[in-house]
Amino acid sequence: MTALTRPARPGEDDLRLRPIPWRRMAGVTWRQHRIALAGVALLLGALAVWLWIMGTPLHRAYAAAVSCHPASSAACQALVGTFDSTNDHMLGPTSPGGVFLQVVPVLIGAFVGAPVLARELETGTFRFAWTQGFGRWRWALAKLVLLGVVLAAVAGACGVVVSWYYQPYFASGNQALGLSQIPPFVTLFSLRGVAFPAWTLAAFVIGALAGMLIRRVVPAIVATLAVYTGLAIAADGSLREHYLTPLVTSSQNVSGTAWVISQWWSKDGRFAFANPPLNLLNQFCSAPPSGPGKPSSGTFAQCLAPHGYTLWTSYQPASRFWPFQWIEGGWLLALSLLLIAVTIWVVRRRAA
Amino acid sequence: MNVVEASGLGKRYGRTWALRECTLEIPAGRVTALVGPNGAGKTTLLNLAVGLTAPSAGEVTVLGGRRAGSPAALDGIAFVAQDTPLYKDLSVADMIYVTRSLNRRFDHPYARARLTELGIPPRRKAGKLSGGQQAQLALTLALARRPRLLVLDEPVAALDPIARHDFMATVLAAASADGVSVLLSSHVLTELERVADYLVLMSRGRVRMAGELGDLLATHGQASLEELALHYLRDNQTEVAK
Repeated sequence: MTALTRPARPGEDDLRLRPIPWRRMAGVTWRQHRIALAGVALLLGALAVWLWIMGTPLHRAYAAAVSCHPASSAACQALVGTFDSTNDHMLGPTSPGGVFLQVVPVLIGAFVGAPVLARELETGTFRFAWTQGFGRWRWALAKLVLLGVVLAAVAGACGVVVSWYYQPYFASGNQALGLSQIPPFVTLFSLRGVAFPAWTLAAFVIGALAGMLIRRVVPAIVATLAVYTGLAIAADGSLREHYLTPLVTSSQNVSGTAWVISQWWSKDGRFAFANPPLNLLNQFCSAPPSGPGKPSSGTFAQCLAPHGYTLWTSYQPASRFWPFQWIEGGWLLALSLLLIAVTIWVVRRRAA
Repeated sequence: MNVVEASGLGKRYGRTWALRECTLEIPAGRVTALVGPNGAGKTTLLNLAVGLTAPSAGEVTVLGGRRAGSPAALDGIAFVAQDTPLYKDLSVADMIYVTRSLNRRFDHPYARARLTELGIPPRRKAGKLSGGQQAQLALTLALARRPRLLVLDEPVAALDPIARHDFMATVLAAASADGVSVLLSSHVLTELERVADYLVLMSRGRVRMAGELGDLLATHGQASLEELALHYLRDNQTEVAK
């Protein structure tokens, strides 16, 4: 009964200790990962400066071409040509600049995310970290959340610069002026708006989980690159077009900014074919339009329409850019949270 | 109070049992030597006690009934793992900062005084320290947490004789002056002789013998820990061979 009268030594005999405050992990995470974070800051900073240097003449050429009157004059046409030829190596996802931009999130994910846990397991320091009073799963959660938020914020800032760079191509009225115009969905959708930070976060979390499962830094980096690439290709190639039901029209005046998903032909209210067969074209389109490039479906529509064929187009209008951005950002965030939860579960279960 | 209490404890990796049917009580206030050949299950037992590993069978509690690995257990145990893992690219001062942040208690003046005494410069990267200094840094960080139980896994295996002696002196000072219970594994038997007063002898995944060192020596008619251990392990080997 002396136990009741003797004052307990503080913090010693109380089995239900208050957890050590989360905020203490901020300094710990910073000290451990400042080199990686500095690397990311350097990479994204250089990227922003580079985009700014490239973007300034682009925006200047655009402003000059748009404000030129009359638009049909030779001088104005020359300005249009200047804009169209400025930085064309940056235009589109398969251009050199586009490819470079697209690997940025996965580089961050692989080189910051994969080592976060894998290095601890590889060098044995997890035996130090997981036996401290903070507790191993809280330690892992704090690290992942802190680093994830910081990386997403930095990537978000960089995404603003990317968005700014590509802005001239998405302005309405480009078509009328003969300026280069690209559907906002097609060009580097994942590098603008909220998609860029979301993809960066997802890449980081994929890296962390891969590191926890594989326990070695270099194989975890390779696995991160592979998984991320698969996910990006799936999103680009088949997921994104289904975010919202496409609009369908038989009008030939689908805006040049719209993202055309598919086209098909019908006759008498029934599906006829996806592409007009050659014999039909030879029969009805006696003088196939000549000129550079492939004749578009629109030109066939003119000669096939009198014979009862209708061209249908399903498309995503440019006005859906932001809803699509939020949908993509949303599912990537949900995926990231799920993967963080899985990582924490593995950390708790992992035997030394 | 027992600092470690195991009943029917077992750990299996795949199909092999690293530790089997371990029932053990290690009383507080002792320096306990965990002795046995490589692969005896020493590290597995220690990992279970500090909560790095979850048992496959049975259970283990520490510091008078706290579940191993629970927040209350982590709070009272400091562990120095084999090869004293430290963040090699952090400075000594950063290692202190990290340890201090991750624990409820941290005796900063003690840590600073100890490192000054050892001549370890705070700005030096942990990875640039000598093996002996790294071990001393890890031990200092562990002791600055003011643990009730200090667990050391093969702490001196990689050290030269002088560093070994200095390390053990620090451990012994903590045990006698501050009443820290110590549980350490080693196969360097001569070092243990000076410090241990409780012995747990293991081989091939089982605890073969546990008790007060003095009592065990008297019972088995041996003069030293080293003789006792060697004698027992040899006998045991021939038994198995038969």
